[in-house]
Parts: sequence; C-alpha cells; structure tokens
Amino acid sequence: MKRWLSVLRTPLGLTASVLSAGVLVLAVLAPILWTDDANAVDTGNILAGPSADHWAGTDNLGRDIFYRTLVATRLSVELALAATAVAVVVGLLLGTASFLLGRRIGRLVNAAVNIAVAFPGILLALFFAVIFGVGATGAVFAIGLAGAPAFGRLTQTLVASVGARDYVSAARVAGVGRVRLLFRHVLPNVSEPLVVNATIGAGGALLSFAGLSFLGLGVQQPHYDWGRLLYDGISSIYVNPYAALAPGAAVIVAGLAFNLFGESVAKALGVGVVGGVPALPPSPDALEVEERPAERHHDHDDVVLDVRDLTVTFPGPEGPIHPVRGISFAVRRGEAVGVVGESGSGKSLTALAVSRLVGDPGRVEASRLELLGADLRASDTRAQRHLLGTSLSMVFQDPMTSFNPTQRMGGQLAEVARHHQGLGRRAALARAVDRLRSVRITDPEHRAHQYPHEFSGGMRQRAMIGMGLMGTPALIVADEPTTALDVTVQQQVLDLLTSIRAAEDVALVLISHDVTVVGEVCDRVLVMYAGTIVEDLPAADLAASARHPYTRALLAAVPDMHTDLDAPLATVPGRPVDPADVPVGCAFAARCPLATDRCLAEQPPLETDAAGLRVACWHAGEPIDIAIQDREQVDAR
Amino acid sequence: MTLAGSVAQAPRLGVSSHPWVRFGVRRVGRLLVSLWVLVTASFLMIHLIPGDAVRAALGPTAPASLVAAKREEMGLDDPILVQYWHYLQHLVTGDLGTSIVSQLPVSDVVSQRLPATLQLALLAFVVAVAVAVPLGVTMGVLTRRGHGRRTELGFTTTSVVLGTIPDFLVGVGLVYVFGVNLGWLPVAGNDTPSAYVLPVLALAIGPAAILSRIIRVEMVAVLEADFVRTARAKRLPARTVYLRHALPNALTASLTLGGLILSAMVAGTVLVENVFAWPGLGSTIVSSILNKDYQVVQAIVLVYGAGVLLVNTVVDVALALLDPRSMIRED
Amino acid sequence: MTHPMRELRFEDVTVRYGHTTAVDGVSLTVPAGHVVGLVGESGSGKSTLARAAVGLAPMHGGRILLDGEPVPTRGRNRPLQMVFQDPYSSLDPRMSIGESVAEAIPPGASRADRRAEVGRLLELVHLDPARAAARPSELSGGQRQRVALARALAGRPAVVIADEITSALDVSIQGAVLNLVRELQRELGLSMLFISHNLAVVRYVATHVAVMHHGRIVEEGPTAQVLAAPDHDYTRELLAAVPGTQHTKGSPR
Repeated sequence: MKRWLSVLRTPLGLTASVLSAGVLVLAVLAPILWTDDANAVDTGNILAGPSADHWAGTDNLGRDIFYRTLVATRLSVELALAATAVAVVVGLLLGTASFLLGRRIGRLVNAAVNIAVAFPGILLALFFAVIFGVGATGAVFAIGLAGAPAFGRLTQTLVASVGARDYVSAARVAGVGRVRLLFRHVLPNVSEPLVVNATIGAGGALLSFAGLSFLGLGVQQPHYDWGRLLYDGISSIYVNPYAALAPGAAVIVAGLAFNLFGESVAKALGVGVVGGVPALPPSPDALEVEERPAERHHDHDDVVLDVRDLTVTFPGPEGPIHPVRGISFAVRRGEAVGVVGESGSGKSLTALAVSRLVGDPGRVEASRLELLGADLRASDTRAQRHLLGTSLSMVFQDPMTSFNPTQRMGGQLAEVARHHQGLGRRAALARAVDRLRSVRITDPEHRAHQYPHEFSGGMRQRAMIGMGLMGTPALIVADEPTTALDVTVQQQVLDLLTSIRAAEDVALVLISHDVTVVGEVCDRVLVMYAGTIVEDLPAADLAASARHPYTRALLAAVPDMHTDLDAPLATVPGRPVDPADVPVGCAFAARCPLATDRCLAEQPPLETDAAGLRVACWHAGEPIDIAIQDREQVDAR
Repeated sequence: MTLAGSVAQAPRLGVSSHPWVRFGVRRVGRLLVSLWVLVTASFLMIHLIPGDAVRAALGPTAPASLVAAKREEMGLDDPILVQYWHYLQHLVTGDLGTSIVSQLPVSDVVSQRLPATLQLALLAFVVAVAVAVPLGVTMGVLTRRGHGRRTELGFTTTSVVLGTIPDFLVGVGLVYVFGVNLGWLPVAGNDTPSAYVLPVLALAIGPAAILSRIIRVEMVAVLEADFVRTARAKRLPARTVYLRHALPNALTASLTLGGLILSAMVAGTVLVENVFAWPGLGSTIVSSILNKDYQVVQAIVLVYGAGVLLVNTVVDVALALLDPRSMIRED
Repeated sequence: MTHPMRELRFEDVTVRYGHTTAVDGVSLTVPAGHVVGLVGESGSGKSTLARAAVGLAPMHGGRILLDGEPVPTRGRNRPLQMVFQDPYSSLDPRMSIGESVAEAIPPGASRADRRAEVGRLLELVHLDPARAAARPSELSGGQRQRVALARALAGRPAVVIADEITSALDVSIQGAVLNLVRELQRELGLSMLFISHNLAVVRYVATHVAVMHHGRIVEEGPTAQVLAAPDHDYTRELLAAVPGTQHTKGSPR
C-alpha cells in the first residue's frame, strides 16, 4: 500500500490522482445536482454561443451545453467501467486458460488470442457493434470484448512468466492443485501489473466509447454521454464550436486522468526508488586524491598498468556509494594477476574502471591510473582512444549478450581494425578471419559471415578474445570470462588465454569469484572484500601463504578434489557487505572468527611485508580454530 | 542458453532448412490462418446478428413476401455450410455480393472508396514514422543513463498526452483551430492537396507520439546492453556506437509494438474520415452500419482486416531483415 | 516423522521437447539411504531427468519407480521432493517462510501441529523458528536455500532431489549449505539425488556418482572409484577440466 501511495509524490502522479478522483466525484454528484439545469429547454437561446447564462452556449433545443457535459460524466464513466469489467473478466478467463486447462487447450486459446490481438481495438469494436446492435448496451459489450484479447494476452504472458518460476514448481511438487496454485501463488504476484493495466484500460474504454458514440453507434437519444454530445455538437461547429469543444475537453481530461494515473502507478511500482537519486556533484579536473610518494616495487618500464588509490563512486538514495574504495596495484608486462571476491566486492567495477568503461552516473577517481605510461585519467582524446583500442582488450562475462545480435561476426571484429588501424573493408575482414583462426575457430572464413547466435557459447567467448587481438594488446582484462560457460569449455578458454599470454607476452587481469580458477591461471592473486584489497599474494601455493582470515575461509569453504571427506567444510557466517552500508573498521570483522574490538573500530591498512606480499588485517596469520559456526544468525541483517 | 545451444548443434541441412525458407513458410502459414479466421468471422457476422438481417435492412414496413424473396435471392435459407461454401467461392472470384440498400455490387462500392482511405493511411504512416524515428533516437541519446531529467520529463509527458488523445478528438481540435478560427485549411472532402493536411495530421500525431516514446525507451535500454559496452570497449566513436550498434537493435525492439500502432492507424481512418467527411471506406462503413446494409459492412470489415494483416506481415519481414534472430525466435 | 527412505529407480526414461531428446533412455538407481551425485554440463539432461521425476517434465518413455511402485506425480501425496537451484526464485516473495514450509506439509494436521512442525523443520535446517514470519526478501541466499530444504522435508519425502542447490550461492555460503546437506543425510538417512556440474562438490556429498552426457548416462559407480579410475573419455575430460587439477601452467615461474 505504501508503494501505491508513493504515486502521489511525483507532480504528474499527483495531478493524475487528483483529476481521476475529481472525475469520479463529478460522476456521482453531477446528475444529482444539475439534471434539471441540463434538461431545461431555452427556446429563446437556440445554438447560442457562450454567455453569462450558458458558459458553453446551448444546443439546438437551447439546452445548456456546460451542464449537459457535467451531467454526462456519470453515463460516460459508468459505461467505460462496465466495458472495462467485461474486458477484464473475459481477458482473465482467456489468459489463465492455459494454466488451468492444460497445455493443449491452452495452446488453442493462446493462438486465438494472438490472432485477435493483431486486430486494432476499434476494428473489433465495430465488428461487435454490428453483432450486438447500435446502442449503449451493445457498445459496452463491443468495447469490452474488443479489449479482452489484449488484456488476455497480457494476463497470459504474466501468468506464464510467474508460472515458470521455481516457487510455483516447488508448490506443484508439494502437491498443491492448479486452482489453488493460481489463486495463492500466481495471481497475487501478477496482480499489480493487471490492476495498473485495467486502470489504463478504463481510460482507453472511455475514449473508445466516446468514439463509438461520436460515430452514432453508441449512446442514443434521449440519453447522452460525452461522445453523443460531440456527435451533436460537431455538425454545428461553425455556429457554436463549444458544443463540440466542451464534451471533447471532458473526454480528454477524463481519459488522460485514468491513463496517467495508471502509468504513474506503474512507474511507482515498477521502478521503485529510482528517480529520487541525486546526481553526484561535478568532479573537478584536478586530482582529488593527493599523490603519495608511493613505494615503487617495479621498474617503471616494466609496468603495463599502474593503479593508485582507485575509487569508484555511484550516487545512491542516501548519499554516494563507494563500491571500490581506494585500491592500488600494478601489473607487469606478461604478468597474470587474478582478482577474486564475492558479488558486491567491487572486483568487476575495478575491471571496468581501469578500462575506462564505468559510464554515467558512476565516477572514477585515482591518484594514478596509467596504461603503458599514459595517464588514463585525462579526458577522452583520439590518441587515448587509439591507445585503449589497440593496447587494451576486454573479455566480458556473458558471451551470449556481448556481441551485437544484428551484425555478422566478421564485421564486428573488422570494425576495430578499420577504425584504429585504418584498414580497408577487405583487409580488415581478412585480419578478422586470421584472428578467428588464431583463437582456434574452425573454418573462420565461413564463421566470419555468421551471426553471433549461430556460435556456441565457448566459440563466442573465443571470438571475443580474438576481437581483443585485432590490435596488439599489452593487457587483457577478462571479467569472469568463464562463469557463463560449461566446465570443459571453461578449460578451453582458460587454456587459450594462457597460451596467448605466453606467446605474445601480454599481461592479464583475470576477475573471478572462483579461487581455484584464478589459482590455476595467474601468477598473483588480489583478494577483494567490500571494495578494498585485503590480500595480495602469489598464486603458487595459496593455501600455505594465505594470511587474511577471509582468504583462508574462502579457500576452506569451497571443496576441491583433495578436500577431507570426513571433516565439515569451513563456513563464513553472515552475508557479504552491502556497498551502500560499509561498517567502520575492518569490513570483514562481523564475519571474522579473529575479530577483536580494534577490528571493529579501526580499518587495517594494506601492509607490504619483506617478501612484497600485502595483507590488510590486524590478526594476519593468527591460527583459527575451525570450529563449526554453522548456525547462522538469522536476524543479522 | 538452451536456444543458442540447440542452434549451434543443429546440423547443417539442405536449402529446405535455410532459415529464410523456414521463416517464409511459417509466416505465410500464419497469414493464411489469420485470413481464414478473418473471412470466417466476417461470414459469421451476418448470422450472429440477432433476428433477421434482411428484415432489419428492409425495415419493419416491408412486406413479408419481399423479405422472403430477398432471403431466397441471397441464399440465406440454405444450410449454413452451403452458404459458407458459396461465400468462399464468391470471395475467390472477387464477388462481394450486392448492397441490400443501394442494389449496387459491393465490390464497386469498395473499389470506389478504397483509394481515398489508402492515401490517407499511407500518408499518415509515412509522416508518423518520419517524425518518430529521428525524434525517438535523439531523445534516447539525450536522456540515456539519467541524463537530461528535465528533457525526459517534458518529452514523456508531452508524448503521453498526445498519444492518449484519440485521433478523432485531435481532428476536432484541428478543425476548430485551422478551419473555424483561422480559416487556413479546408476541413472536409479530399478535393485539393491542402485538404489532406488536417486529416493526415489528425491520424499521425498520436501514433507518432507513442512510437517516438517507445523508440526512446528502447534506445535507452539498448544503450545499457552488454554489446554496446563491447562497442565502447572497442573505443569506437560515439556516432558509430549509436547508429551502427544501438539503433538497429532499438528499432527491432520497437517494431513489435510499433507494428501494433501502425496497424491501429489503418483502423483509425474510420473515425478520422467521419470527422473530415473523407470519402473513403471509413465513412462508408459507419453509414452502412446505421443503414443496416450488412453486405457492405461485411466487405469493408474484410478489407480493413486484410489491411491490418498486411501491415503485420510487412512488420515481421522488416524485423527479420533487421534482426536474423527473430526468424528463429518464433519457433 | 518422515517416511522411511526408499529406493528410487529410473528405468529407460526418455524425455523429449519437440524434436530434441533431452533425456535418452536413462536407467539409474538411488539406493535407500544413499546420496547419488549426477554430474554433467548444461544441456546434458540432468535437470530434465530430475524434473521428470517430480512431474514437471513430460515423459515419453520408461518408468520411474519407488520401491517398485510408480511414483505418483498427481495429488497431495508426493514422496519425491525437490530443492531448486535459485533460492531467489524458489520462494514466493509474498509468503512468509513459515507459510511456504507449511504449504508443503501433508494435509490433515491441526493448525497447532502445523506450526510445531514448521518450527521443528526450521530448527532442523538451523534457522531460528521465531523467524517463521519473515519474508524471503529479509533472508540471505544461504538462508533461503535452508528454507527450501525445510520445505522439501516438510512433504515427508521418501527421496529428495537437489538440483544445483549451491551454484547460485556466494562461495562463502556454499560450504554451510553443503555441511547441512551432509548432516541431514546422516541424521535422517535421506535418499538423495544430488545434481551438480561441480565434481568436487559431488565428491564431497555423494557416495555414488553418475555422469550424464547428451541425455545419456555414460558412467556410474562408487564416487571414489569413478573419480580415481574413470572409464569413459567424457568423465576423464570432465576431471581434467576441474580447476586446480591442471598441470600445464602457462607461465614459467
């Protein structure tokens, strides 16, 4: 209910709500108050223009147009609501048929609905108006039935999507019957869009009714609705235009009111809190973060990517959110660095930030962000685009959605060479075919002419890597490149990345939630938690060298092929940190078995030890008693 | 996943399994089924009218013998399946029957009135698309990712309002402003080129508003898509990203809904023609309904329905050209 | 309180969707009181097999038997219960977790009995019974999966089918759910078909394993034996693909 009331908070929603309420009130009161005024015949004032007595003039019997328009509100609204009721009832029956009656009958009903819905409402309304005859009752059924297929289709789509959800399957498996399923699980979860669309439908019915009456097919004399008044008024538009304009305006106001009310409710329910998010203040061009005389642990020539104090900020409903909070790392030529963390740890945003792909409204700040010595914080220039386009390549998580579905594969690869290397169409395509071959795609000439949907998932991901090889990359940033793939395909992609790295001396930043994947491919692992790096250690023997309790828990919580079958797995109680609500002190403290008061108060810095390993923990390396903390605190929210 | 998987595994067969052939066969099949439903519905229309259609048309004063003779002539006393068979036979030869009121062949009435309606619908169609596509794309780019909040609010409000006002009321407003008040343009008939302006506008404004709003929403959504991020990762210039990568996808997404709106324009001519006394099918069908001239009504419903099916088919083919996946998705 | 666990047997089960055969003549036995792991990649048919067992996928051939009797897939008596992959979609957002669990309790119990049973089940999966009125949105993914397990147990199943129940969870939470599965299995003597694409997870919870590929079972046997000495090429391929078992590291160290 609270969410419904939020409609009133937007100016448009408020206006629409007030107007709708006004129309409804008028529909109730107007006939009680003004029926006599509306029917009073003033023979001295036939077809007169507006005057003090008759604000909108009079009709051909000298009756007051203004009062007649007000009184007509009730019939217009009543008929519209009646027609909407017909549409909703018939639509619900049609839309739930396939859920209740089984697949075969459902398919037939759905096919019929799909054919009917292709015909515009006014055409269906005319068709039914012929069958039901001219007049108000006929028009109610005509407009109701004309609206039913659209409502039926909407219901059917919604019911099908909720019906396919696992909680409905689970209830089915538990033996819950179809009717109960429909009323207990399906309809409550689709009721909001249905109610919203019925409201919009009422506005539409009101307008359609005006249309039918305007054609002379709806309400007949001596009754009158707005459409009928329009029908009578249009013939005398040169004599008293207000005879047509007054009811016309009433139709528009009422129709818009219902329509906009429905749309505002839809927006309030669907979009939720968005809209109230304030934009971030503009960031000055100067450095926000002072450059610290940071210790250099690498030769500058050797460093491909150098990141210092990287912060990513997004606006949130309660102030800015920092999903990445000041991280620093460097990647040397040919080095493979893995970044691991759970969802919300900021690892993917880190990948996007170093590639300059964090779009509005996010903001990236750093005291240093260099690729091959070039400052990436500078504004977007042609030279910078060329550098990024040829020296940095990206591999994204989902190969299914990361290619343009409307273009052939070859063209999508060739585009890079055409744009950054100035190759002609043919030369660029030849290079694309060559690159596809280099990522072990068989018959690349033929494949280049195919569309993305004709590739399998693994092939697409290899093509994505091939696209990154159109230039001469010094760094490949791969964001969960194998998460969407099957295990055997995953291995092919990892092997490919490894061999490219070896052959071309390319550096790799591999983002993953899977410690074992990173451990297999990378030289070094950065562990991220709540937007910071908590540990930086060599990949060679993760289990032995991990000192941060989070890293150790991650390694122990996931079974591998050598896990002791008789011991329970280590567990991490609680849930990952919400970036909008990062606690003070160490972000991991609430879940950490070693946490002390200091951890809750003071955030541990990322300290570098003699061997160049980094860890951010007050109790790094202290022994953990792996007692089973299996009982989760349910109320720890 | 499953879709892509099965596609990738599908063996390569001969020409008969070429996606375009399969698409064509399926699409023609659907068109034929829809046509059959339409023809049957228009046939049944006369039989579903409560009471005697001939009696209704000739009026309560007509002698019973005349009604009986007319029923005989129209074959209304035959078994219904026989009548259906004759109806189909006549349709194939282009014979739509005879008007019970004017005694003229219905096919003459239709062919006389059709061109005016076609002109009106096509012109409005072109105007609506020509306005909506550039406007929607521009607005989409201007209001992407929470940019231009005010522009978005202004545009959305205007387009919702314009899209909600039904075409015949737009027509009435145009008549009042440009005909009655200013006297610039003619408000009835189709005798001069200037007489086309108001009816075409009345028919096109609403659909143009709705269509541009849909295109804006789709454009904004497509600009968030993974493949647009890929295009940006290739460091292509903004223009290329918008026009080559975003636009075709935004259009395919808009076309499905857009098709419904465009076919609604075909039917919208009924009301607009009545506002502007346009000598087309729309004004004829209304007067025929009021005169209970059901043979003419039946024929015009058929023509309108066929027009809608034609628009739908054209939209589907355009969709298939723009997005090769849409051919498979229908499976 | 639950049914005595019984033996689930698939005999020559075939499931088709249109022209594609998702499950192709599969025979498999889940012995009473044992956990059988079913591994394979997406599209191998393992989830379809599970859905066929509980009546969510149409069977085109074969039989599914419980101690020799056909498994009922209609009516209230459902001796097979299933836990789904995604705990974010398997609980009705409009029902409290207590209601979701209670719905699966066989009819006939009094209101007080049902409430007591819900409390017992939540306790069993290590959730505080006082939280029965909570909505799913108030729970973490791991907690939701515990609720889903409790709901499956509420139907007093003879066999529980777990379909990729940890793959949608954050890694730090997976371990706790796997521990719970093992604990429940030991305490209640559950018969269980445990479906996963992750061999290491199956190795941890299952005593037997079956490998599925293109709708068929290509290998099955005791877990230790299959993993140590795989017979089929595909099993070997799967084993080689498990991250961390790879010996060919790309870069010289």
